[in-house]
Amino acid sequence: MPGKTDKILEQVEQSRVWRSIFRSGRGTSTLHRALAIQQNVFLHLFSTKVRKRMLSVSSTWYLGTLTLGTFMILIITGVLLMLYYHPSVPQAYADMKDLQFVVSSGLFLRNLHRWSAQAMVFLVFAHMFKVFYRGAYRAPREFNWVIGVVLLLITLLLSYTGYLLPWDQLAYWAITVGSNLSKAVPLVGSKIHFLMLGGNQVNANALLRFYVLHCLILPLAALLFIAVHFWRIRKDGGLYVHQSEPKRAGAVDESTLVKEAK
Amino acid sequence: MSDPKDFVAGVDSDQRRSPQRVVFVTRRTSAQVKANYEEQVQTYPEVLFRVVLAIEILAIVLVGMALLFNAPLEGIADPTHTPNPAKAPWYFLGLQELLHYFPPVVAGVLVPTMLIVSLVIIPYFNINIEAAGLFLHHRRRRLQIFYVTAIGLLVFLVAFHVYVAAVPSLIVAIAMIVAANSSPQSKSASCRYLSKKPMAWWVMTWFLFELIVLTAVGTFFRGPGWSWVLPWRS
Ligand code: HEM
Repeated sequence: MPGKTDKILEQVEQSRVWRSIFRSGRGTSTLHRALAIQQNVFLHLFSTKVRKRMLSVSSTWYLGTLTLGTFMILIITGVLLMLYYHPSVPQAYADMKDLQFVVSSGLFLRNLHRWSAQAMVFLVFAHMFKVFYRGAYRAPREFNWVIGVVLLLITLLLSYTGYLLPWDQLAYWAITVGSNLSKAVPLVGSKIHFLMLGGNQVNANALLRFYVLHCLILPLAALLFIAVHFWRIRKDGGLYVHQSEPKRAGAVDESTLVKEAK
Repeated sequence: MSDPKDFVAGVDSDQRRSPQRVVFVTRRTSAQVKANYEEQVQTYPEVLFRVVLAIEILAIVLVGMALLFNAPLEGIADPTHTPNPAKAPWYFLGLQELLHYFPPVVAGVLVPTMLIVSLVIIPYFNINIEAAGLFLHHRRRRLQIFYVTAIGLLVFLVAFHVYVAAVPSLIVAIAMIVAANSSPQSKSASCRYLSKKPMAWWVMTWFLFELIVLTAVGTFFRGPGWSWVLPWRS
């Protein structure tokens, strides 16, 4: 009986406890909807209203949104994978085999995490180029572009540190090739290399370091910078739209100005 | 010159041309604000709905992929046995390709550092706020600088046998020469398009092109000892 459930829902939403949590209350008025955004610590990163043209698919292809989507999938699947994974040699590899053959849906979980990670790297690059080609990096959005570059680096590092965790041949040698590059840094190269791996070559210490970076430090950094990224979009006046006002019949635009001036 | 007070009133709202709005007021008129109305929608539910929809479609696609394709898992890590070739993850294969030609200080340190620095300074470096076509002003001087840079780069790449990077550079350089010889009044639409592109656009397009070509070569065309292989003949 829909009528009854509706009534119960309404009662719940008007109860004192509910109202103490969600202050905006029930309703579809503009005010209620604005409050739904503004009274929520996460959603208030966004403004309560946006210009309609910002939503057009062609201007962003929703690439930033999709990047966020992959990141959310990665967090969920990543936390589930952590329940089965030990960052130690050779247990890490055995856990991979367990995920493949023992854990129910383990293979699916690992596949989803892997493909989402690849998608995130691809999407973050695509998003960057899309932002560039529509000129949305210019003032006043310069700093948000810089925050974006930081996010790009964090994404690459996340992917790179995750690559080692399965502890198979692919992982081991990819990280060996990559980490050897750090030795080429003038003066401090071998120090950086040692710091990164916790030794002179990729070993159990490196696995543990990469695990901590991959599961704790880098995701936290990403979350922080994503929050700033979104906040800045709001503070920079919303998404870039080609002209700040729509063309209206009779509006003075540049070409008429030039003609009249002549 | 005409009478300096003879201005035309108007609001220019093209941010690309005039990031700071300037209003000229003619004599005998007063400043007038045009209503700055533009249709707005509420974030909840309009934006959130679209965001959730986009992410759901993405999730469906990724779940489909996860059901169809298995993530690779090779034998357990063995420090005594080096696979040939040992490849980095695909998004680093462009750099690994460069590593094949240049010492690690160049390919592994200098190039990435330069890339990051250039990405960071792009919005600040862009003094050319009007985003005017590269060759539309100071054409002679800019052409000279362009030729010196382009030929220098190409000679450098060919001298080190980096043909994989030289070919995309050459294509971009040819497109720039086309742009230099076109104007916004050119007959062909693509010439008009190219002629209006500012410097930052060219640099970024060159970067994108190199990124795609180098990554593709590293991923598909490199075999044992980083030798050239054809992916369809393995
Ligand atoms: C984890 C990575 C990232 C996430 C989750 C993310 C997310 C977003 C989202 C959701 C938007 C709204 C517009 C859209 O959907 O495209 C956006 C806008 C923007 N992003 Fe990102 N982004 C990321 C990385 C980057 C990178 C690497 C850059 C550039 C180097 C960048 C620069 C920008 C700029 C300048 C805007 C404002 C665009 C405008 O005003 O139209 N972001 N980002």
